Amino acid sequence: MTTEVGSETDVKKEPEKVPEVQQQTEPQQTEQPDKAADSAAQPASASDDQPQEESQSAEAKSDPEAAASPEPSSPPAAGGQKKDKGISRFLPPWLKRQKSLSQDKPAESTEPPRQESVEAVKEEHEETSQPKEEADGEGGATTSTEQTEEVKEVKEVKEVKEVKEVKEVKEVREESRAEEVQVEEKDKEEEKSIGSADTQPVREEKEGESEVKESEEQTEKKEEKKEEEQVNQQETSVLSALKLKKMKMVVCHVTLLDGSQFSCEVEKRAKGQYLFFQVCEQLNLLEKDYFGLSFKDNAEQRCWLDPTKEIKRQIRNSQWQFAFSVKFYPPDPSQLTEDITRYLLCLQLRQDIASGRLPCSFVTHALLGSYTLQAELGDHDPEEHRLDYISDFQFAPNQTKELEEKVVELHKSHRGMTPAQADAQFLENAKKLSMYGVDLHHAKDSEGVDIMLGVCANGLLIYKDRLRINRFAWPKILKISYKRSNFYIKIRPGEAEQFESTVGFKLPNHRAAKRVWKVCVEHHTFFRLVSPEQPTKTKFLTLGSKFRYSGRTQAQTRQASSLIDRPAPYFQRTSSKRISRSLDGAPVVNVSDYSQALTAGAGENGPSLELNSDSKSLEEELTSLFLSKACFSGLAGSCSADAAPAEASKVSAQPEVPQQTPPRPGTDSRDASKSAEVKPEVNGQPEVVEVVEETVVIEEVVKAKPKSPTPEAAVTVETEHAAEVKEERSLSSDSESEDEAEYHAQPPSTSVSAQLIKEEPEEEQEADLTQQAPPSVIESQPITEAAEPAPAAEEEKPAAQPEEEACADEPLLTPDEAPNGHALQDEAPPTLKATAAEEEEPHIVNGSASRVETEHLPQVICCSEPPVVKTEMVTISDTFAAQKTEISTKEVPIVHTETKTITYEAAQLDGNGDGEPGVLMTAQTITSESLCTTTTTHITKTLKGGLSETRIEKRIVITGDSDIDHDQALAQAIKEAKEQHPDMSVTRVVVHKETELAEDDD
Amino acid sequence: MANIYPYGCFTHAVVRSIPESFGKLAEGGEGFQTDLAKAQRQMGVLTGALRQKVGLQLIEIPADSELPESWRIEDIAVIQGDTALVTRPFKQQRRAEAEAVRRVLNELKLTVVEMGDEEGGSGGATLEGSDVLFTGKEFFVGISKHTNHRGAEVLADTFKDFAVSTVPVCGGSRLKNICSMGGPDTIIISSSDGAKKTLRVMEQLTDHHYEILSVPEDVAANCIYIRGPAKVDYLLHPTAEECPNSVPAFQRLTDYTLLPSACSEASKLGAALSSLCLLINKKPNY
Repeated sequence: MTTEVGSETDVKKEPEKVPEVQQQTEPQQTEQPDKAADSAAQPASASDDQPQEESQSAEAKSDPEAAASPEPSSPPAAGGQKKDKGISRFLPPWLKRQKSLSQDKPAESTEPPRQESVEAVKEEHEETSQPKEEADGEGGATTSTEQTEEVKEVKEVKEVKEVKEVKEVKEVREESRAEEVQVEEKDKEEEKSIGSADTQPVREEKEGESEVKESEEQTEKKEEKKEEEQVNQQETSVLSALKLKKMKMVVCHVTLLDGSQFSCEVEKRAKGQYLFFQVCEQLNLLEKDYFGLSFKDNAEQRCWLDPTKEIKRQIRNSQWQFAFSVKFYPPDPSQLTEDITRYLLCLQLRQDIASGRLPCSFVTHALLGSYTLQAELGDHDPEEHRLDYISDFQFAPNQTKELEEKVVELHKSHRGMTPAQADAQFLENAKKLSMYGVDLHHAKDSEGVDIMLGVCANGLLIYKDRLRINRFAWPKILKISYKRSNFYIKIRPGEAEQFESTVGFKLPNHRAAKRVWKVCVEHHTFFRLVSPEQPTKTKFLTLGSKFRYSGRTQAQTRQASSLIDRPAPYFQRTSSKRISRSLDGAPVVNVSDYSQALTAGAGENGPSLELNSDSKSLEEELTSLFLSKACFSGLAGSCSADAAPAEASKVSAQPEVPQQTPPRPGTDSRDASKSAEVKPEVNGQPEVVEVVEETVVIEEVVKAKPKSPTPEAAVTVETEHAAEVKEERSLSSDSESEDEAEYHAQPPSTSVSAQLIKEEPEEEQEADLTQQAPPSVIESQPITEAAEPAPAAEEEKPAAQPEEEACADEPLLTPDEAPNGHALQDEAPPTLKATAAEEEEPHIVNGSASRVETEHLPQVICCSEPPVVKTEMVTISDTFAAQKTEISTKEVPIVHTETKTITYEAAQLDGNGDGEPGVLMTAQTITSESLCTTTTTHITKTLKGGLSETRIEKRIVITGDSDIDHDQALAQAIKEAKEQHPDMSVTRVVVHKETELAEDDD
Repeated sequence: MANIYPYGCFTHAVVRSIPESFGKLAEGGEGFQTDLAKAQRQMGVLTGALRQKVGLQLIEIPADSELPESWRIEDIAVIQGDTALVTRPFKQQRRAEAEAVRRVLNELKLTVVEMGDEEGGSGGATLEGSDVLFTGKEFFVGISKHTNHRGAEVLADTFKDFAVSTVPVCGGSRLKNICSMGGPDTIIISSSDGAKKTLRVMEQLTDHHYEILSVPEDVAANCIYIRGPAKVDYLLHPTAEECPNSVPAFQRLTDYTLLPSACSEASKLGAALSSLCLLINKKPNY
């Protein structure tokens, strides 16, 4: 899915830079016009698309499609792509696999229709289209999901049709419900208060659209559109060309290590690695894995440019000003293959030393300075080198005459040493410095004491002032995670200890926490692993940041550099005078602030790279979550690998926050504008286009998802919102998952795994996000949720079905589950118990977050032998939020029950379900300054025939401003949920999103 | 780094004679029966070994009876490479001991860093050299009654090339009462429970690997290791009388020249062999 999107974006935005992608995409584009020329072209294309889609979705949709086909479906058929983005992120890796298999073809096929539809839309709404097109030209990748809402409004008829289609898909009774629900939803939409409703219709629309495409039946509208499209297609070709022309080039300024500036023109949507490679080429550097590009974010924090992501998204509003610098300091520089690499490392270290970032003693300053002189000036020449010949060099932060004299004195002793030898000596001495290669971050310990976290090749160092007070070598670290502004490491138990412990640190903000986490992940991978963690497609739905270091590890880069076979490149050792100047005056990289944000690794290798241009591809993220597969397998055999099918996991999304969702109309317009800006692709009516795309995505998802054993399963997926989320991501730029993420450093032993499970519940609670999140909102949400009664749940069900089908790995469970959900509602919560164990689990640092138990939140979790997470509700609301998106993925339809009171019910997997009293395990609300997260967990345990089922329903509310990457946040949340309950599977995820984005990407 | 060499290379030793007031006002209190003459004799044996056996240049600071503990010269300075940090002992009355030592260090052309009033005074930083274990690669500072975190910070600021880790002192009043260096990569440490705890912390904090020579008696854990000019490894250690059970451990050190040196009188006052001298390397070995 993601690949598709990426390709499109690349084509449009970065034709020059991404030749490969272009090649793929361009042919498509060219082909399209031809097809368009013929009136029959569309059907043909559609037919082409269909087989693929069918193959993908065949299992799930075949029946429904047949039913749906006869009925007229209104909206444009084209694009599921966006949906794919949104949904795919949430999809479990195993689902993704399937997608990936089918992706190649579908991606290509999907694109053309999409464009067509878009164009058609444009024509229809020429007025709106023009500005949007411009925006597109700028290359905003994000489509406007909000548009979907508009579409709905505009085309109520469509919705009805869609509803019908949906019904067809679903079982009869479900259908009826679905209709009702949808109607209600529509009303709500009108009211502007319903988030879930919006999303559902969208999905339905999508489905309907897809079906329509497949069936080739065209509604009147469709026909019109098609005609337009056909007419337009020719135009589209022209348009595409225009788009290409429109692609903007941006001049990047890169400060090199010698202080010089390198300017490079890149396409605006170029990824980090493009620029990085340009720089490396300029430098003639082969051993580039130790290096990276950094930039200053708005807070003047140094951030590493993720090579796999678009530059623009990362730097946001910052200038295109970068610094080339060392990212991984090789512990033994003598093992570097080329002198030029060592030279660059020397330059970096000279900066580090002169800026004070790498502290050293007077003697060391003098010695290193003398090697610098020897390398750059050669032998000391009494004639030429008078007293002041070194005054332009900066050897230390506070350079004294005494130091300079000492430097000169030592310089004289280096006579005969070649520059390369001098550099080598420099490095041999510098590497022994205790702070060599240590990346420091300000933090507080669990008691609020100021400390520094130092990430280095060997592990994590804890400093208080200048004193080392603790050290965690990588082998001792089992897991690295962060939640909000807290950073956690799980420590392997010592010989004498029985249990691992978790140590928490409080970072200044969640960004800082994420930076530390990223740095740790990268350093661990680079220095400790032989090869980067493969984005293995885990079977589970993994949530959380997908971020992993995707570059080469040190071992790999060493191996690669051992193959370097070229004559030593000539390079000019520039005088470090320049360096000193640059340091004095300005900005270079170092500065006193140690905190750095490391984003993605610089490596080229990463499997992730293969994924599409949209670096944020869900698959990457999801798959890569766990360091070691072993962890999971170790943890819960049941959960592990294959498990997914065996386990019945269903997540029922509950439509949340109807109240929360702001009035749509306003949002719609905003969204549309956003989308227009974001995605150049959607020219005409962004709304329509988006919808199409989303639908496509959904379809793909469905297709991708293997078996939908239960036709019943009604999943309300509002792809629209999902799409929005994606868009937001793109907009938001850098952060993948800002809130939380985990990284398992090593495969934990089984015992460990058990512990992990225990701990996880705590983690789940966190949903993070950024700044704006008003705590009040969060609080309100639970209430609203509670307020929302059964009807919402019902609504959700029908909508959910398609997704569920798609997702449904476990045919058996699904039918049962649906009943369960109802049962849950019906049954009064017998016993509410907070699971002490979960709560007990202590993160040492709680940060400022306060946890509030909200009983009202409805979460139902049913677990059968294989504990299954039946329902997950994820609500993302921007403060401005106008839109709501609900994505429910996962097979089994679950009834959402929302009751003001506590919700809890015994869930029964089997229709037979005995209702035993459900136990409320946890309900918590966590609010931190910048982030508001509300997570409510209801765990219901049911005993059936000796089997205990546990169903966990979680509601996570993520509130934040635009820079929050909601997708990431959501992914993290899901991941956390996953991790918390490794032995359970996520059956359903419903995303409810409210968004207003004011951000302009460009 | 320039300053980082294998531990043990020294060219000079600074000692301070035992004053008449030896044993008075000392840590051990009045209750201990100390034999002044015996103490002086033992000091003589030690200095003789350092000068004649090991071959160091010995600088002996005259005794000052006003300073009954001035013979514990190790506490007064921490020296690494060309830099000497003059410490701020916990006891107010001991701070006058620094004057003579400072003079000697200056004569040796060391870069003398004062911990004095500016840094330590207001902040209450205290540091004594016998709480500092320098391994050649890093510093461990024992947080004890005599040394606090602020003192350790000053040390860290002084020796910026090295990692400075703080460790709790368990099972002894000072860090070097329970451990000392027994070679470039060897730490001799008592096998007492407290010492084991400290050792675990040290192992946790270090980036390096050390061989551990465990000795059953606390007193045996304090030795003086010096790598002589001829690349001979010397180990000055308490005599068999003082630590009968630990001698076999020392004898496991192959190719070492063992120099039993009694310091029973100093031990009564809580001191040890290493307390009696400052070791300095004036000849950086390139």
